[in-house]
Amino acid sequence: MSDLAIAGRAPSARAGLKLSWPTKLALGILALVLLCAVFGNWLAPYDPNAVNLIGRLQSPNTAHWLGTDHLGRDILSRLMVGTRVSLGSVALCLLLILVAGIIVGGASGLIGGRTDQIIMRITDVFLTFPTLVLALFMVGMLGTGLVNVIIAITLSHWAWYARLVRGIVLSLKHRDFILASRLAGASRAQVFIKHLLPATLSQLLVLATLDIGHMMLHVSGLSFLGLGVTAPTPEWGVMISDARQYVWTEPLLILWPGLALFFSVMAFNTLGDAIRDKLDPHLNAEHGH
Amino acid sequence: MFAFALRRLILLVPLLLAASLVIFLLLRLGPSDPAMDYLRLSRVPPTPQALEEARRMLGLDQPIAAQYLDWLWRALHLDFGNSYSTQRPVLPDLLYYLPATLQLAGVALVLTLGISFPLGVWAARYRDRFPDQAVRLLAFFGVSMPNFWLGFLLVLVFSVYLGWLPPMGMGGWTHIVMPAFAISLMSLCINARLLRASMLEVKGQRHVTYARLRGLSDISVERSHVLRNALLPIITATGMHIGELIGGTLIIESIFGWPGVGRYAVSAIFNRDYPVIQCFTLLMVGIFVLCNLIVDIVYAWADPRIRLSAEGVQ
Repeated sequence: MSDLAIAGRAPSARAGLKLSWPTKLALGILALVLLCAVFGNWLAPYDPNAVNLIGRLQSPNTAHWLGTDHLGRDILSRLMVGTRVSLGSVALCLLLILVAGIIVGGASGLIGGRTDQIIMRITDVFLTFPTLVLALFMVGMLGTGLVNVIIAITLSHWAWYARLVRGIVLSLKHRDFILASRLAGASRAQVFIKHLLPATLSQLLVLATLDIGHMMLHVSGLSFLGLGVTAPTPEWGVMISDARQYVWTEPLLILWPGLALFFSVMAFNTLGDAIRDKLDPHLNAEHGH
Repeated sequence: MFAFALRRLILLVPLLLAASLVIFLLLRLGPSDPAMDYLRLSRVPPTPQALEEARRMLGLDQPIAAQYLDWLWRALHLDFGNSYSTQRPVLPDLLYYLPATLQLAGVALVLTLGISFPLGVWAARYRDRFPDQAVRLLAFFGVSMPNFWLGFLLVLVFSVYLGWLPPMGMGGWTHIVMPAFAISLMSLCINARLLRASMLEVKGQRHVTYARLRGLSDISVERSHVLRNALLPIITATGMHIGELIGGTLIIESIFGWPGVGRYAVSAIFNRDYPVIQCFTLLMVGIFVLCNLIVDIVYAWADPRIRLSAEGVQ
């Protein structure tokens, strides 16, 4: 949450590497989440899919720190291993969205004219769908499963990025340094990669960091409905869905995966806000779609 | 004003047509064979003969352009075909479930606006003091809360422990409070923060200083000079939140056993019941687009600059 007046009053205080405590906390959580995403399979104390029907629905104890679920699987292990699915799928979505957004938006802005018109009308069409409705529709057409969810999330988000890149390219296209570069014989693609892309990266970074949390919620929401990651695979949305029958008797079961999701999303949002404040104190419009 | 609304309404036609084309093409270009799914859902063994017959019946043997025009023509006559699994016409079934969804989403929208408005004004009025910090903290948690998890937490607290509210089903206002709040929390937090920022920005402008210099009281400056201008970004943001509220409703319905289109659509997605999915998507897009049209009209009504330029008045 940037604050115009405060940023204007003391710009030098923000210029250094002084981080506020929420940012530090967010970085700490993200480090932990990343650690689990990369090494979770080895760090997990138990096999996340080992069924133990005798020891089912245990409360937290010394052997199982967070207890066991309805099939006796260790919850901590499932959370740790599930990080990779939750975070990995979002990372893949983001990569695809950035590539699509940069290429389509860049081409649209650089070429201009009729091509630009057509591409912008196409993004208009994608923006008429509410994000989750488009994702639901794509999953309905392609079938359920994680890969299809990734495609669905990508298709429902890329248009925002394409528009952002196009806007920046358009605003810079006629500046002198671009024209000079073109006169010196650089091709459009070269100009784009050398001069325009770096200018878009900071804003893309802000939008992407703020969107990661959003996408995590969408992926796990679809998995919660049973449309994404399917049953035995540990994933946070699936774990919440598994635990729903036990809300009355074992409420802790639904608490853990939700907390993991909540803290990860919060960390990404906080980081996104911090990056935005640092890069552009004047961009204080809240992001939401 | 009327001309403005009409012009925007006409602009929606090509947009909806394009959306219908996307909805149609993605099915045909996708990896699935509708005839196969039709046979599976009608429990007919997929012999080559039956497959051939189903293709002919569904019109899949026609050129794709003819198929689209045929589908569009029927859709314009409100005929979206029959569900593969129930063999009943799709649209009446969807319209049967729609009011419940609209009711839930509508209450969520009212909560979003009704709660975020006082919070935002309160935070801006007492900037950097307790109210502002409290709203900041709420927003900090609220924007990261998974709505479906929040739904369960509410059930846990208000149904399991306190026993105040019914955990599921549809009935009086006690049934709708929890699902609607779970859907709206994120949007209302974003809105409250946005209203605060927007009010502070307007407060710094010269016309507000001038109003103060004229000796108007704080309250009357806030009411007649700050709020009206500060509300403009909120109106735009509300248009964006509506999409999020619709999406949230579809998920939350399954938690609270709310008999809306969301559960119907999710089961159709599981079954690959394509006519239902297509009709559902088009319906949601239509509602979303109409809501945004209303938002645009409200915006133009609130901002004379837009209204007058749209009507050609200089």
